[in-house]
Amino acid sequence: MSKSFLDKLKDIVTDEQVLTAHSELIPYESDGLTAFKALPRAVVLPNKQSEVISIVRLCHEHSVPFVARGSGTSLSGGSLPNERGIVIGLNRLNSILDLNIEERYAVVECGVINNDVSEASKHYGLHYAPDPSSQLVCTIGGNVAFNSGGAHCLKHGMTSNHVLGIKAVLPDGTVVQIGGHSLDSVGPDLVGLFVGSEGLFGIALEIILRLVPMPEGFRTLLAAYPSMEQAGDAVSSIIDAGLLPTAMEIMDNLTIKAVEATVHAGYPTDAGAVLIVELEGEIVEIEEEFKCLRKIIYESGAYNVTSANNQNERALIWKGRKGAFGALGKISPAYIVQDGVVPRSQLGSALAEIDSLSEKYGIRVANVFHAGDGNLHPNVLFNNSDEEMLEKAELLASEIVQMCIRRGGVITGEHGVGMEKREFMNDMFSDKDMDQMLILTDIIDPHQIANNDKVFSRSRVPGI
Amino acid sequence: MQHNIEVNNVGPNGQIMADAVKSCVHCGFCLPACPTYRVLGQEMDSPRGRILLMKNVLEGTLSLNEANPFIEKCLGCMACVTACPPSVPYGDLLVSFREYANETNVKYSFFDKYLKKFMYAIMPYTARFRFVVYIGIILKSLRNFLPLKLRAMFDLLPASFPVNEKFPETVYAIGNKRARVALLQGCVQSVLAPRINQATIRVFARNGIEVIVPQGQGCCGALTYHAGLSDSSRNMALQNMKVFPKDVDAIITTAAGCGSAISEYSRLFQDTPQYEMAMDFSGIVEDAISFLDGLGIVDEVIVNEDREIAYHDACHLSHAQGIRNAPRRLLHHIPRLKIVDIMDGEICCGSAGIYNLEHPEVANKLGVQKAVNIIKTGVDYLVTSNIGCMTQIEVSLRAMNSNINVKHIMEILDDAYRGEF
Ligand SMILES: Cc1cc2nc3c(=O)[nH]c(=O)nc-3n(C[C@H](O)[C@H](O)[C@H](O)COP(=O)(O)OP(=O)(O)OC[C@H]3O[C@@H](n4cnc5c(N)ncnc54)[C@H](O)[C@@H]3O)c2cc1C
Ligand code: SF4
Ligand code: SF4
Repeated sequence: MSKSFLDKLKDIVTDEQVLTAHSELIPYESDGLTAFKALPRAVVLPNKQSEVISIVRLCHEHSVPFVARGSGTSLSGGSLPNERGIVIGLNRLNSILDLNIEERYAVVECGVINNDVSEASKHYGLHYAPDPSSQLVCTIGGNVAFNSGGAHCLKHGMTSNHVLGIKAVLPDGTVVQIGGHSLDSVGPDLVGLFVGSEGLFGIALEIILRLVPMPEGFRTLLAAYPSMEQAGDAVSSIIDAGLLPTAMEIMDNLTIKAVEATVHAGYPTDAGAVLIVELEGEIVEIEEEFKCLRKIIYESGAYNVTSANNQNERALIWKGRKGAFGALGKISPAYIVQDGVVPRSQLGSALAEIDSLSEKYGIRVANVFHAGDGNLHPNVLFNNSDEEMLEKAELLASEIVQMCIRRGGVITGEHGVGMEKREFMNDMFSDKDMDQMLILTDIIDPHQIANNDKVFSRSRVPGI
Repeated sequence: MQHNIEVNNVGPNGQIMADAVKSCVHCGFCLPACPTYRVLGQEMDSPRGRILLMKNVLEGTLSLNEANPFIEKCLGCMACVTACPPSVPYGDLLVSFREYANETNVKYSFFDKYLKKFMYAIMPYTARFRFVVYIGIILKSLRNFLPLKLRAMFDLLPASFPVNEKFPETVYAIGNKRARVALLQGCVQSVLAPRINQATIRVFARNGIEVIVPQGQGCCGALTYHAGLSDSSRNMALQNMKVFPKDVDAIITTAAGCGSAISEYSRLFQDTPQYEMAMDFSGIVEDAISFLDGLGIVDEVIVNEDREIAYHDACHLSHAQGIRNAPRRLLHHIPRLKIVDIMDGEICCGSAGIYNLEHPEVANKLGVQKAVNIIKTGVDYLVTSNIGCMTQIEVSLRAMNSNINVKHIMEILDDAYRGEF
């Protein structure tokens, strides 16, 4: 980076907003996946949208790569810095600009924390439905980039189902407004194109989010099973019975133990698996459904069933699930979180395969996942001060991804391709598909500066 | 998180620090909980960032002097520990690191160095501190001519001279004696607000608790402990162990900061010959609030008016000791009382030991935010459980022309008993 680039950066923002000291860069070296780390040339912390726009324009002018960063909780190396470029930290753009209760939408800046949207709208009986486990910390900008999901997305849909419009600055500095204030729009679905683009199409500055009414009531239960397979089968039986819970989550014994060692959610530590099922809707309706659900649960071999009788008990059940990833840190110094999806009918056999892979490599795998939509989260637990084990863990993780592809699934359900799953893109997509995606990316980002080393390995040139 | 810390090269607490670093998974859940990250908006001033900085210093890949300003800006409020899914022992890491920094002769600016020396030579010693407070009050009119950091010191002084109250050695229980406790007066509190201990004694006596006030007691070591000055903390702690009797049901503290530091004596006295003694001592120390809550209130409180109050969780009670329900339960013994929640209640008010003197800019911002959120509740009383918070909140409220009364929970109970609430 030439001196003049940094100087020009400091013309846009104050000197304090540009971090270049070693001690200032280190905290930005990784996101939630510490297996990757890199120090950027600088981190810039804009206070307002106009500053972001000018920074992106400057980067374009100088062909300096940039990586957008929200809260840095990505689990795929998505916000890993580029050594040749800068990180644009967006956490200070955190205003909720408009809450339209009548039309049920919120206009927020990209650095607003997911949960804060629901907090702000709850007085009006509304909330923002997508609820990643990281909802207390991750930003809407990050959610948009990854099309993040959460436990309750089984019924409500992922981020893409809740983003109505986006104001973005494209990598060449153009500011665009796509979508609008309602779900109906004319012409191509540009919002759909932007959501999930992992920062490759520029920076979302302002996002219009759909708010949905809080359900009248919830019924939540926690069922313990002797084995993962029985829990997996229960999920199929629930769907077959025509019920549509808002969430169905499974955790295996290893995860249960980690959770109990930290957040104490009251899960039975002797269970082979626990299944959380939640129903929501009008109270009369869910009471009926709940009866039916309990019957299925008992018939499916659950040996211990607790249902939440009030909001506190419900929160406790969820506290364990939402804290599960973090809790794994208690039982392992490092882990790789995989995020593959398999068709729901294959859940049981996919889990069995993961088990045997784990045995083959002699490495523990803790499973905690969105069972309702077949989105697995196998966590490969290892000690990464041991080089050999790290290699083995990576091999094991990659075999799990391959298995998902082989079974007709996909490599990522919600955590994104980022840095970590770039190498699997070719297994997932044909050369033709890859070419089309690269061509599109190059049109939007001619200088290849927007998070450009992510998702695709740039060693690949379209058509070759 | 993986690390390459050579545990034997970084002082006696190498293993403790390395273990803490190892248990952090870099998930970032602590970011929004951290007051300094919220105010400063940069990751060097977040728990996750600080852990990375300390890790790099201990690994030898970053100079201590470069990293230390960010570690210094940590309030030690422990909100990050509450938010952390794998419960990283951040407090152990922080204190051990500060100790390591002191022993490695970390450089402070001239001003900070002498401010620290001055404060730690004065505050823990009641007589010296009282003297300085007297002088300070006399010189208060000079405040406008002073640099920001000194100005902050003057702002925190009370308006009038605190009275030097003497406690009787024993205050007998009224009615049936249910327990016998010894009171740890607290160094700063006993100068700035002796009324809190008096209120505690009266409330306890009414509820059948005999209170003794051992002579010769001093600071529990909290101020210096949280700054990583373990030797001096140990000496102070030992003095208390000498003068406090063992044949009591509990040793009572009325300042959350003291209770939290004493609960860490196991680390402070680790590998010392006095370990057992320290454990016996800290094992019976309890905050007045949780002790009274556990024993149960027997003397009924009568009030004539409906009241709304807001309760502020002191970080060293809620985050550091996990005591959140006991104070609310106690307050609910006062009939016709409604407790209103404060928005962002789990965020520190900016007091944090002598933090408001060392980092007035951050502390002021936190103080203002806290005051705004308290004013929004529309209450007449702000109730809390720590002298540091009380001073900081009172100053912040007054700066915004608010007259909201700031009281310790024991004072409110005492007032209510005496028909003055
Ligand atoms: C413990 C834990 C649990 C998690 N649980 C879930 C879960 O249940 N479901 C789920 O889907 N994910 C989950 N995640 C992953 C992560 O929280 C999400 O991917 C989240 O959306 C990332 O948000 P962030 O603000 O941290 O973004 P960052 O990590 O900072 O960035 C993520 C990506 O978004 C890009 N980006 C950030 N802001 C913008 C912007 N304004 N415009 C364009 N691009 C931008 C970045 O360049 C990067 O590629 C979890 C992570 C952790 C650590
Ligand atoms: S929440 Fe805990 S584990 Fe996560 S980054 Fe913060 S300290 Fe580390
Ligand atoms: S102790 Fe408080 S200020 Fe320090 S890192 Fe933790 S949350 Fe932040």
